[in-house]
Amino acid sequence: MSALLEVEGLTKRFGGLVAVKDISLSINAGEILGLIGPNGSGKSTVMKCIMGIEKPNAGAVKLGGIDVAGWPTHRIARQGVGIVFQHARPLHRQTVLEHIILALLPDSLLMLAADRHVRARAEAIAARVGLDRVMHRLPRTLPFADLRRLELAKAIARNPKVVLVDEPFAGLTKAEVDDFSALIGSFRAEGHAVLLVDHNVKGVAALVDRVLAMYLGEHVAEGTAEEVMRNETVRRVYLGGKIEAAARPEREGKGRTPLLSVEGASVLYGKAQALEDISIHVGEGEFVSVVGLNGAGKTTLFNAISGLVAASGTIRWRGETLGGKSPAQIARAGIVQCPESRELFGDMSVRENLDLGGQHGTRAESAQQIAWLFELFPILQERQGQAARTLSGGEQQMLAIARALMMRPKLLILDEPTLGLAPVILELLSKALEKLRQTTDITVLLGEQNVTFALPHADRVYVLEHARIVWEGDPARFAEEAGTGYL
Amino acid sequence: MRTARLLPVALVVLLVMALLPFGVGGYVLGLLTLAYYYGVFAMAWDLLFGFAGEVNFGPSFLVGLGAYAAALLNHYYSWPIWACLVAGSAAAVVGGVVLAVPALRLHGPYFGLVTLVAVLLLQNVIVLFAGVTGGEIGLDIPDVLSISDRVNYWYALGFMVISGAVLFGLARSPVGLILQASGQDAVEASALGFNVAKHKLAAFCISAFFSGLAGAMLIFYLGTASVGTVVDIGVGVQVIIAAVLGGRRTILGGAIGAIFLIVAGEMLRDLGQLSTFVVSAIALVVILFFPGGLLGSLLRTEGRQ
Repeated sequence: MSALLEVEGLTKRFGGLVAVKDISLSINAGEILGLIGPNGSGKSTVMKCIMGIEKPNAGAVKLGGIDVAGWPTHRIARQGVGIVFQHARPLHRQTVLEHIILALLPDSLLMLAADRHVRARAEAIAARVGLDRVMHRLPRTLPFADLRRLELAKAIARNPKVVLVDEPFAGLTKAEVDDFSALIGSFRAEGHAVLLVDHNVKGVAALVDRVLAMYLGEHVAEGTAEEVMRNETVRRVYLGGKIEAAARPEREGKGRTPLLSVEGASVLYGKAQALEDISIHVGEGEFVSVVGLNGAGKTTLFNAISGLVAASGTIRWRGETLGGKSPAQIARAGIVQCPESRELFGDMSVRENLDLGGQHGTRAESAQQIAWLFELFPILQERQGQAARTLSGGEQQMLAIARALMMRPKLLILDEPTLGLAPVILELLSKALEKLRQTTDITVLLGEQNVTFALPHADRVYVLEHARIVWEGDPARFAEEAGTGYL
Repeated sequence: MRTARLLPVALVVLLVMALLPFGVGGYVLGLLTLAYYYGVFAMAWDLLFGFAGEVNFGPSFLVGLGAYAAALLNHYYSWPIWACLVAGSAAAVVGGVVLAVPALRLHGPYFGLVTLVAVLLLQNVIVLFAGVTGGEIGLDIPDVLSISDRVNYWYALGFMVISGAVLFGLARSPVGLILQASGQDAVEASALGFNVAKHKLAAFCISAFFSGLAGAMLIFYLGTASVGTVVDIGVGVQVIIAAVLGGRRTILGGAIGAIFLIVAGEMLRDLGQLSTFVVSAIALVVILFFPGGLLGSLLRTEGRQ
């Protein structure tokens, strides 16, 4: 068997960050390779380097023996690579059929009229992906799944030798997932080489021939889906090593007084269901972790609580409903969110960022709070005068948490604090959280995909999957009860 | 389908426009003649903004290049009009390419800024070399297209109709589809195998050609080339307002917008200085509440399914 696509020693750096480090893979004709890894592992970067959307710093991307690394995207596309994007951004004034016709056109400035057979082929492709009934409609009138079908149709129209598929199942219902699996399977049957990029093995296990797992830009495991799921490193990446649930002194009223309760919250983003009938509660002084992969709905849940997105259902804070309150009112009521994107003021110094967080308190309170925070995060004291932008990723995260704490929250929401951080930094952060938990009576709601980080501190864990809560319980029971579902 | 339904309407409107010289006076004809040239500027601009997705803040750079190339050749070397028109459009295309090749490498607002600076540069050069170019006062043109109002009107109308047909046809062709895809999502278009830079550059050349040709024809109508009529930033702003007002991504909307702007400005002439203010306010309201523009909103309701 000859490999249609061969990637050798691919490396991509963004500034100081090595996003992809010496990755090699090969896919044969009629084979589906799953490329998996948690958020920030570099799998999307690998895909972009193959497509030429990012230029690799080193390594080769060979298509049928020709090295195309560093070529412009359109030449790589013409060499026989197609991509199915996760986010469809269709043209507004063109019908579904016209979109497929577009994908069938040659790259010529002289095409003033398309051949008649182009239209017939476009119609055939529409029928194949199940768009035949909506062929003459405009994309904005289509449901979410049909927009994804359109992306697939465009890839089929190019008839590429190598197909790259980015998270094909995100946001789809079970029946739609089956449909898409069958369509992707048909690529294999026709002798295409398929690279399927996704977060976890479970979602793609039934479809793929082989799996390559990545973590922090590096190759961690390769083999059949079962082999990779059994792999020790993979298990550690996804589930964490041995989970130590650190006990802490019980407090009176802990978990009994419901500080925050979310009942039946649902959120729709356009046509995609981002949250579906979510109910959670957080007791006073509790540390609750919500674990779930990227796209499961964690950030949406937190934004709904903070009033940043509108949700149906009721969200109560100390028994009072938060519906109709502005994000600023909610923040003043004591719910402070430390967002995934950190939102630091990059050109301001560390101290200025902290002072901004302490605006609402008196000067003395603020000074006292800063002194306490410098004890919690000593590195910030050293970096006081430095512009926030120049801090390392880990330091920025600490600053973001510290700034949130300056607002003296009753409930601190931490959204994905470990995103893109190296393991050493995780440990520092983990220690700081533990100290926070042991020495204060703060209530914390933590959203994480990194289970190793999320479990040790948690009193209770929720697992969020495809916009739904699928498990709730004690962290100690997580590995045996919810672990396999999470791989 | 939508086009088919609008076609009879368009034909009737065109017929009325063609017969207009038999019904109205020279003053109105003169006004419309000017409006038709502006219509071409606006349609050429929409090909870039609506389809290639690039905001050209300096449409008058291309217009001015065409106009002044033609003016200089006619004034100093007495080239015949047709040769001046050819040279004018060629100058606009060459100037456009020189500007676009480096500018299209930039992303976002920077392309627009480069085009804006280009207008200021051209304006400065013309004023600096006033001895040759006539500077602020302008350069008189010995030849004219025609001394008859009616003939001038028909020239302008014919030119606008042909330019509109070519640009509209192009926008509706497969090439226009690729251009629109490139403008809306360059990454996705290139992943489909299209050389985005090539298509955008071609669009820029076509836009430059029509802008330059219209600019050159305009000065042979006016009998003079001056900064105020073909180069000034204000001219470019009028063109942009006309195109957006008429409807983005419609091509023909540009012509409608230009006619509307100039006719409305004239009807409100009694208001004196205030008329510009009122027209601008109307334009602002349309842009704010009907971002699709006059024609855009019409097509949208027509095409709703």
